[in-house]
Amino acid sequence: MEVLKIATAGSVDDGKSTLIGRLLYDTKSITTDKLEAIEKSSKKKGYDYLDFSLATDGLVAEREQGITIDVAHIYFSTNKKSYIVADTPGHIEYTRNMVTGASTAQASIILIDARKGVIEQTYRHFFINNLLRVKEIVVAINKMDLVNYSQKIFDEIVGDFKELQRKSEFKDQTIKFIPVSALWGENIANKSEAMPWYTGETILQYLEGLRSEDFNEVTPARFSVQTVVRPKSESHHDFRGYAGRITGSSFKVGDEVTILPSLTSSTIEKIHFFDEEFEEAPAGSSVTITLTDEVNVTRGDIIVKSGEAPEGTKSLNAVVCWMDMKALQPGTKYILQHNTQNMAVKIDAIHENISTDYSGNSIVSSLKLNDIGKVGLKLSKPLFADAYKNNKANGKFILIDAHTNNTAGAGFII
Amino acid sequence: MKKILENNVLESEAIYIFREVVAQFENPVLLFSGGKDSITLVRLAQKAFFPAKIPFPLLHIDTGHNFPETIAFRDKLVKELELNLIVRHVQENIDNGTVTEETGKYSSRNSLQTATLLDAIEEFKFDACIGGARRDEEKARAKERIFSVRNDFGEWDEKNQRPEVFDMLNGRIELGQNVRVFPISNWTELDVWNYIDKENIEIPSIYFSHLREIFERDGLIWSASQHVYRDEDELVEKRKVRFRTVGDITCTAAVESEADSIDRIIEEIRASTLSERGARIDDKRSEAAMETRKQQGYF
Ligand SMILES: Nc1nc2c(ncn2[C@@H]2O[C@H](COP(=O)(O)OP(=O)(O)O)[C@@H](O)[C@H]2O)c(=O)[nH]1
Repeated sequence: MEVLKIATAGSVDDGKSTLIGRLLYDTKSITTDKLEAIEKSSKKKGYDYLDFSLATDGLVAEREQGITIDVAHIYFSTNKKSYIVADTPGHIEYTRNMVTGASTAQASIILIDARKGVIEQTYRHFFINNLLRVKEIVVAINKMDLVNYSQKIFDEIVGDFKELQRKSEFKDQTIKFIPVSALWGENIANKSEAMPWYTGETILQYLEGLRSEDFNEVTPARFSVQTVVRPKSESHHDFRGYAGRITGSSFKVGDEVTILPSLTSSTIEKIHFFDEEFEEAPAGSSVTITLTDEVNVTRGDIIVKSGEAPEGTKSLNAVVCWMDMKALQPGTKYILQHNTQNMAVKIDAIHENISTDYSGNSIVSSLKLNDIGKVGLKLSKPLFADAYKNNKANGKFILIDAHTNNTAGAGFII
Repeated sequence: MKKILENNVLESEAIYIFREVVAQFENPVLLFSGGKDSITLVRLAQKAFFPAKIPFPLLHIDTGHNFPETIAFRDKLVKELELNLIVRHVQENIDNGTVTEETGKYSSRNSLQTATLLDAIEEFKFDACIGGARRDEEKARAKERIFSVRNDFGEWDEKNQRPEVFDMLNGRIELGQNVRVFPISNWTELDVWNYIDKENIEIPSIYFSHLREIFERDGLIWSASQHVYRDEDELVEKRKVRFRTVGDITCTAAVESEADSIDRIIEEIRASTLSERGARIDDKRSEAAMETRKQQGYF
């Protein structure tokens, strides 16, 4: 079954949780016992409607404060697809959670409260989706019931958003605008009768219609070796397979490949998946590859098709989203994790802070928690990465604080 | 015809996670309950390292209140796949006084497992414990990371979790800490069943409809077993039931069912409106029951 990963973004109270709850309800993904729990809690709070947000706000602290503070994952499915929703918080102080939630998303739902229109938060949500290069975006203009289902208001918001779209450098995205009322389930899974002027798809129809070509990028194939499989058993005495997950495009038996960083060449002998062999394996699949030559390959090496290798470099520029309480300072050292390899890096320079509301960049000396900025890095050994805009899978990294072991930042190679 | 692999997104993700565990940790272990989720994990681990054997042991925390069918199944699986199984008993912690047995109508050894698990982690110096929890099971689990760091006491600090960005997993820990790993985080109950079906994975017989001595309490169906407390007015009868999860016998309720094959189970789940954990009495104690247990180091 096809799996689609979605992130949602919206300011507090725009109705994100209600919308997701609605999707669950309308696709019959809420079971009676969960629904009963929601009914019970709604009643306890004195509501005359079902508070679907209770289905998604998982932690006690969140239920108390009534806000979403961490990324929660929610699942629903139809006959066509399985959906994985990363529900993320909207405040500026949760930028890191938004980036985290969107970092695995193939599509995003950005919520706007019809009464408020495009606000600073919307800029930020759009910015983050562009930074991460999420290709499919739905702008759900919510609470239409509170603005008399007015087409004029909807059109104005669409106009404002398109204005914002012009500021983005990332042009390969599809943006759909849908007027909805999450609370009353209008244009979520069922067409709204109150808005006959809107003839487009409902949110669910739109998601159902997406094909994997729409949301997956096709880029040169990369294979980061996770571990070397050596059974050393009687029956597989000389077996030496490289286990990893293919990204970008498929690999085939007979492909001439180059191993990075050693730059040695070989040919794919076999592609194993469990106890079977295949002639071709697609992007996304976790396989074990054997090569025709006895070359030295270890964890962290990248296997690419010969002629498609990225350049190795010991210095790079990247956009970094900072996720740690301790600010990022020039001259400090971190561990850079690029897919399956780790290396020591030094922060060479912090070039600028990028404002997530498109109001321009500023020169800064450090990046604080939730800041996004352009950073120069010096690496302890050559890294064979791609620019994120050309190859998402091979153009991303995380920075780890060696003292606390925390994931301190997420990077996008320029 | 050219043989092209068809990618199963969830399966590939789980295999990727298993391989990261083996590459990043020195002493991982797979927590094996004998239930369908941990059986699925075993199959995925097999796939991740084939033709090599699964490169870590299995750990079963035995409450002593098992379904006998599960234990028989466990031993058969271990033998067939030449797995290395470690068993630690809750009874030992009761005997040495580190935990106290609950008493009364709802008494269960389920929450006592935590102490035995933490002891085993310390005894074997496990740095990664692989578990079959899924985020769709329960709303506190919806926030769980794939690599979830626990402190010396096995505690989960849910407000201070490492961000998990992209598909990159950061397994760096200090001495004494350990990581709980959840390779099938993103699977739903139906995903697991569909996988068991497609892969022809054997599962214990109690998942299928069978005639059993039961009694009813609070609208749920309980096994009439020596381990389950029963009031005198709670009458035992025979009914056709099956189990949707396999945990400790004292906290796993049955559902009435005629489903005697995987196909029929899948059909039943599709049509069913009672969620899987709805049959787990341990969650019903309060709205925050699961979160509280997790903070204390539960699976
Ligand atoms: N009238 C109306 N109220 C809504 C709608 N969607 C959400 N709400 C209400 O707005 C409030 C905030 O919703 P919630 O889903 O918790 O917002 P979140 O913070 O974005 O998750 C709740 O009281 C909802 O009932 C809508 O379409 N119409």
